[in-house]
Amino acid sequence: MSARLARGLRASLFWGPVALILVYMTIPAFVVLMTSISPSELLEFPPSGFSFRWYERAFSYPDFQNAFVNGLIVTAFASSLSLLIGSAFAYLVDRYVFAGRAALEAVLASPLIIPHFTTGFGFLLLGADLGLGQSYAVVIATHVVLTLPFVSRTVYVSLRNLDPALERAATNLGASPFEVLRRVTLPLLRPGMVGGWLLAAILSLTEFTASLYVTAQRTQTLPVAMYTYVREYTDPTIAAISALLIIFTTALMLLANRYLGLRRILAIDAH
Amino acid sequence: MKAQALPAVELTRVSKNFDAVQAVRELSLTIRKGELLTLLGPSGCGKTTLLNMIAGFEVPSGGSIVIDGRDVTAVPPYRRETGMVFQSYALFPHMNVFENVAFGLRMRKMAKVAIERAVGRALEMVKLEGFASRRVGQLSGGQQQRVALARAIVIGPKVLLLDEPLSALDKNLRRAMQLELRELHERSGLTTVFVTHDQEEALGLSDRIVVMSRGEIQQVAAPLELYRSPANGFVASFIGEINRLPPARCRIEGEEALFEIAGNVVLRARRREKLTIAEGQETHLFVRPEHLTIATGKSSAQNKVSCRVTTHLYQGVYTLTRVDAGPLGNLQLRALGGEVIAAAPIGSQIEIDIDLDEAVILAG
Repeated sequence: MSARLARGLRASLFWGPVALILVYMTIPAFVVLMTSISPSELLEFPPSGFSFRWYERAFSYPDFQNAFVNGLIVTAFASSLSLLIGSAFAYLVDRYVFAGRAALEAVLASPLIIPHFTTGFGFLLLGADLGLGQSYAVVIATHVVLTLPFVSRTVYVSLRNLDPALERAATNLGASPFEVLRRVTLPLLRPGMVGGWLLAAILSLTEFTASLYVTAQRTQTLPVAMYTYVREYTDPTIAAISALLIIFTTALMLLANRYLGLRRILAIDAH
Repeated sequence: MKAQALPAVELTRVSKNFDAVQAVRELSLTIRKGELLTLLGPSGCGKTTLLNMIAGFEVPSGGSIVIDGRDVTAVPPYRRETGMVFQSYALFPHMNVFENVAFGLRMRKMAKVAIERAVGRALEMVKLEGFASRRVGQLSGGQQQRVALARAIVIGPKVLLLDEPLSALDKNLRRAMQLELRELHERSGLTTVFVTHDQEEALGLSDRIVVMSRGEIQQVAAPLELYRSPANGFVASFIGEINRLPPARCRIEGEEALFEIAGNVVLRARRREKLTIAEGQETHLFVRPEHLTIATGKSSAQNKVSCRVTTHLYQGVYTLTRVDAGPLGNLQLRALGGEVIAAAPIGSQIEIDIDLDEAVILAG
């Protein structure tokens, strides 16, 4: 009897903290989700009823519509460019020994250290200087810089995991360097590249701090539009649009996980 | 021995340096058409580097490589028409068995129907009919090995290169694959270069063995010749097990050669024609464990040495017995079966007979 008790105690000692951590991690999202279905005009928690009216407003509010489309445009270009540049850098660092390789790696990782605030501010000044203002180009350039370390790292991990004998085998069987790249290297890197692209897309879609600086009314992304909205209104629309963003991003994350496994996406320090 | 034909591969004074390290030094070697040649040596002897230079993965620092009459020293690996099997097999994980084997033919722009026929034949050759649509990951180690072989053979390479292909397999499977490899070679008639550090494997598989050490060839010979007349001490100790006796001084007496060891032991051997050792010269004697026997009371053997038994290593077919032979040092005997364990218990004093007729005698 006492053995069973001890086992029960041990189990609760394990599951208790785990449950607390889970609650702690998800409670902000939970509160937002609950608030978004409240019928009340005011932000209230817990909700006093159930209604989808704030979702309707979120969908029909023109600023959000535009911002969502803007976000998709920026994300599509930024993640694709980031994938292209990040893959090239990863390949360079993995395959070649050259002067300044360590420096290149440091520069690639720098967005992890430099605050988004600084990056955004820098691009704002630069954009103004070049007469680009707060155009899509500037927003996309900013997002490329911010997502690059994640993409290049993901591709780099995939490259490291690639057995060099596979490329040799293909070469030995008569494949020219281009054919080796096309038929062996790229197909085997595809999961890493798709995962890297999705990761960049998620980061870009939800990026706020730097975007606040480099976007204008015309180019603003969803998080910026949400911020603007909160400054003017205090109804649960903001909770609804937040919930939608969470759901959309989660879907992307699940997709990324299918391709790559979260463990590998988040493996900032590979090997 | 195969008829004298045009050489399949000709290496002339080939060298390879990695920074300050000389992996291969001015090595010359002719590989005959249709033979199975083994590059044998300890790790770091340069055998894999040599193989990679034939395949074109390493560019020689000096010398020339000719395959089938064409100088390929500057030809990239994908235009050399060699077929390589890698230690890790290196099967393409994103392709099934058929696509793996067909890869080389697709690169050669062969017609689809012809590819299907050729792949079918190759899979049949390695006894993998019916596996064409399997994923590579579903195959056992031995099956992956065969796919790798089929993939290399199907392109009809000028030379088949095998880089320690059996080292990842367990012992039983390894033995079975050795037999299959030998049979496959008989059937295909492909010139084959096999790299290994396992001397038993080399002895069993090869037409000729190239023993390498420190980037140089120590000896090139057929297995039997290599085992019975190694060219030097390195080869003698590397191929099979052998007892190295302390340095001896040689004296010729009529039809006999006498070897004086450590001042007080004298071993006798019949004089051989090949023996080119002069009177009084320092020599080294190498004796295989199977040429040491426990002397029975009646035997008229001439090289009786008394010693103490220290260990028995029972191996099934034979037993390896270690003895302390005083001035001759520690020696190993090989006796069939396991009777020796009871006949000469550990710690007992016995007399052994050293048969020098098959001994390797090298000038110091």
